[in-house]
Amino acid sequence: MSATKTVRSFFLLELIKGFALTFFYMFKKKVTINYPFEKGPISPRFRGEHALRRYPNGEERCIACKLCEAICPAQAITIEAEPREDGSRRTTRYDIDMTKCIYCGLCQEACPVDAIVEGPNFEYATETHEELLYDKERLLANGDRWEAQIAATLEADKKYR
Amino acid sequence: MTTDIVPEKKNTYTINLGPQHPAAHGVLRLILEMDGEVIERADPHIGLLHRGTEKLIENKTYLQAIPYFDRLDYVGTMNQEHAFALAVEKLLRIEAPLRAQYIRVLFAELGRLLNHVLSITTGVLDIGGITPALWGFEERERMMEFYERVCGARLHANYFRPGGVHQDLPDGLLEDMAKFVENFKKFIDDTETLLTENRIFKQRLVDVGIVTKQEALDWSFSGPMLRASGVAWDLRKSQPYDVYDQMEFDVPVGTTGDCYARYLVRMEEMRQSCRIMEQAIAQMPEGLVLADDHKISPPRRADMKNSMEALIHHFKLYTEGYHVPAGETYSVVEAPKGEFGVYLVSDGSNKPYRCHIRAPGFAHLQGLDFMSRGHMLADVVAIIGSLDIVFGEIDR
Repeated sequence: MSATKTVRSFFLLELIKGFALTFFYMFKKKVTINYPFEKGPISPRFRGEHALRRYPNGEERCIACKLCEAICPAQAITIEAEPREDGSRRTTRYDIDMTKCIYCGLCQEACPVDAIVEGPNFEYATETHEELLYDKERLLANGDRWEAQIAATLEADKKYR
Repeated sequence: MTTDIVPEKKNTYTINLGPQHPAAHGVLRLILEMDGEVIERADPHIGLLHRGTEKLIENKTYLQAIPYFDRLDYVGTMNQEHAFALAVEKLLRIEAPLRAQYIRVLFAELGRLLNHVLSITTGVLDIGGITPALWGFEERERMMEFYERVCGARLHANYFRPGGVHQDLPDGLLEDMAKFVENFKKFIDDTETLLTENRIFKQRLVDVGIVTKQEALDWSFSGPMLRASGVAWDLRKSQPYDVYDQMEFDVPVGTTGDCYARYLVRMEEMRQSCRIMEQAIAQMPEGLVLADDHKISPPRRADMKNSMEALIHHFKLYTEGYHVPAGETYSVVEAPKGEFGVYLVSDGSNKPYRCHIRAPGFAHLQGLDFMSRGHMLADVVAIIGSLDIVFGEIDR
């Protein structure tokens, strides 16, 4: 063993170096965030909780083309449709099993009228399984609640889509 | 007169490690036959996370199959998608546009960083060092933010598509990634200061779980496991895919084949990944990110809303999908854990006839028995940490 190696080994140099490094890390700026009050940034492409959107005049966008149902790899979407009194084709049932969904984003990619979107909300944990079986009312309510944010993210990401 | 048949007395006893054990890196169940504190035989039981991915893929169109690759090795997700995208492209006889190839290389290397950061820091955590894990997860958080900005999800990417990538990079992402790579080198240096020379760390890793060159080849090891044993084999060099042939990087090779060599190889690979990422960012060309063929890739949304033909393509692609010419291919990528391959058989329909997935971790886990034989129980934990196994890909 060479002399320098002996000295290094005897004086625990590599351990002291490590301790010094961790000591100086103590004074670095903290990166932790105070979660329920502070949140990390999310991009316009973020794929969170689903929502069904409406046109500005209040008419629902979904035309029951069932593309989302067809593309869904997890088969989480169930749609039933029939013509409404005014003759337009609408869904009578639009269910998403949020516990089957894998949040791949293919439904919003497939939707030709931007009706089904995955919004920016990620805080929808529930205590029971049943609460995560979303029906049409729940999805439309989500859409009404998040419309401002969803419209903004769609606009921000428009040139890439 | 009777003769008593006395059974041969065995001094070994069997203990069960896992499947719910913090050091088992997932749902590994190990049956260990021990002589005192020394391992006589290690028998990994697998299959607790089996989801039938390969069979599921047979019932999905090629587009729908992509998300399933994110959930194999859920640590560096885009690398798996890369293998599938390359396999489908090979059967379709198309090539991704140049910009898409650069983006893929960039994010495949980011996936390698994600993987090695987790692998090294949790490996150190298993043998008693907490600090690197805390630092490493901070860096992982930054990297997953890049994932999120480009594809919308931190882990479940669904971003690489046959024919390119889903969407173009958002403005400002490349600049932020360049800054990140610059800072990340500091993280590698700091982690090395803590670990590489540390005598406690070395006592736990040096000469533990030695794999000779021949053993590594016999057990079909790949990736850092193979390179740590002294075989200079990297698929990015030996059969370059996408634009790896235009990237300048070195392949680190270990000499001893023990856990420490694997640690060193992974550390150096991270530096090389930084190099590749810097080159990809600097050379990033302009252009399309998805093949300009609407029989395969969906038209842009603005076109879809204004052109009848584009709308028809859109509907066709999201329901029936595209038909892939009959044939078979085995496409591989150098995933962070080793050779990740997809053996894809097409019968000319819109769904794969067969999709076999070759996961590197599966081959590495087989080696656990001979690697841990004769070592102490605590060394098994160090070996598992250096194997870098993730059960998503082993059980598929």
